[in-house]
Amino acid sequence: MAPIDLTGYWVSIVDEDWRFRMVVPPPGDYNGVPMTAEARKVADVWDPSKDEASGDLCKAFGAPAILRQPGHFHFTWQDDHTMRLDVDTGTQTRLFHFGDWKAPAGPPTLQGDSVAVWEIKGGRGPQPDPNAPFLNVDDPPQGKGTLKVTTSHLKAGYLRKNGVPYSENANLVEYYDMIREHNGDLMLVVTAVVTDPQYLREPFIVTSHFKKQNSDAGWKPSACTVKW
Amino acid sequence: MMTRNPIGLLAVILLGLSVPAVAQIDLSGSWQSKNHEDALERGAGPNPDDFTGIPFNESGRAKALSYSQSQISMPERICAFYSQWHMMVGTFGDKIWNETDPVTGKTVAWVVGAWEDRAKMTIWMDGRPHPSKNAPHSQEGFTTGVWDGDVLTATTTHMLSGYLRRNGAMTSDQATMITHFIRHGDILTLAAEIVDPVYLTEPYYITRSLVLTPNLMNAGGPPCIIGDEGVPSGSVPHYLPGKNPFLDEITKLYHIPTEAALGGVETMYPAYRDKIKDKFTIPPKCSKNCGLPPGL
Repeated sequence: MAPIDLTGYWVSIVDEDWRFRMVVPPPGDYNGVPMTAEARKVADVWDPSKDEASGDLCKAFGAPAILRQPGHFHFTWQDDHTMRLDVDTGTQTRLFHFGDWKAPAGPPTLQGDSVAVWEIKGGRGPQPDPNAPFLNVDDPPQGKGTLKVTTSHLKAGYLRKNGVPYSENANLVEYYDMIREHNGDLMLVVTAVVTDPQYLREPFIVTSHFKKQNSDAGWKPSACTVKW
Repeated sequence: MMTRNPIGLLAVILLGLSVPAVAQIDLSGSWQSKNHEDALERGAGPNPDDFTGIPFNESGRAKALSYSQSQISMPERICAFYSQWHMMVGTFGDKIWNETDPVTGKTVAWVVGAWEDRAKMTIWMDGRPHPSKNAPHSQEGFTTGVWDGDVLTATTTHMLSGYLRRNGAMTSDQATMITHFIRHGDILTLAAEIVDPVYLTEPYYITRSLVLTPNLMNAGGPPCIIGDEGVPSGSVPHYLPGKNPFLDEITKLYHIPTEAALGGVETMYPAYRDKIKDKFTIPPKCSKNCGLPPGL
């Protein structure tokens, strides 16, 4: 059994790294990314016009970066062993494979091959303090379990829109946790760890958060872009 | 919900049988901050006019725009900005340990050690109530915690006014902070919201991750030490309405339109991009605070 139910629509809350996510940051602005010298050489010659000319528009929409794109995220079950994540920004689809899944042969892809497992968590703690200003709601989802997704076989792309690269040697591990906030909002917290021996000096760790929607409001599939 | 495979189901059943009624995990250790997100804000400090993504109300925005960084040179205000929210948006890691009852050995509190400018956070786990709403507030505030499975949820009240972002965006002393501590092996994810009826229209969320390190991280002593930088008493550095000289800084540096820089709940959501799309062009090459250490 899935310990938490991720299905439905989620929207990005963009109050961190705003200038790296909502707009394209300046060329050469690498704040926070533990890049290698080789990565810097690659990023320093980033030219969006070249990506545009070559038709390579989706390099910032690969699995290691897609959750940082401001957008709407739709989780469904494709079948009993496959969770599907559709993203409207860039119109991307990720598939999370459970069980004894074998990746097909072929070239690396933008969203890579993702293997998923549930990490089941423990029981319930004591009741909350009745004098606290916000009572925990009944049956909060936090702490019941985590979806862990490991992604490899990635086509090279950008960690950020301004050409900060990851290579085909990159790996991505993500932890999906759900939280019920005081006002009843369901939040999804995703901790993403990108390792890349070629372009990163240490694992690149970012945590993104999303709010659950009751409908597909705002769902607006759009094409990949390089200058916006 | 759907059954995915029988082995997984068996594991769930077995785990369910073996889990104690009150599940807790060990949060103790030295947790290093990586600052891979919001690096400028956590390090050198945010641009003075960068209020993007903050769900300000008009009071919050007006308060922020009146702020002069020179205020922290005033002895009266030098320590006035660092509430427990600094744990979420500051630069340092966290030293965490548990305090136990000497007789029963049970955990009475989890403690997130202080830094040089943030008071320690003592998360009481023994069921004691929050103080009366009329009780005095402090830089430390008052925090209680509960376990939801393996997630520790802490609620902090009774803080003094502090900063929301280190450029004058403030929280009031009516703010409540709720922090979830989520451990994944050697990674500790903190997911926090701050609710402030005085300056915000919606909760403001920050998530960040820390990494367990074998290097001992000592907790700090008293939070902030008041110093005298020679600022004469009798005036509070500030900007009158419409007179903040930094209002176009991120517009010049990053081509972010001024209306986005001023924040507001709309700026938290993806749809806001549609409003500024036609006003944006890629800015010129980064020339300062570009983020890489010397030699790279």
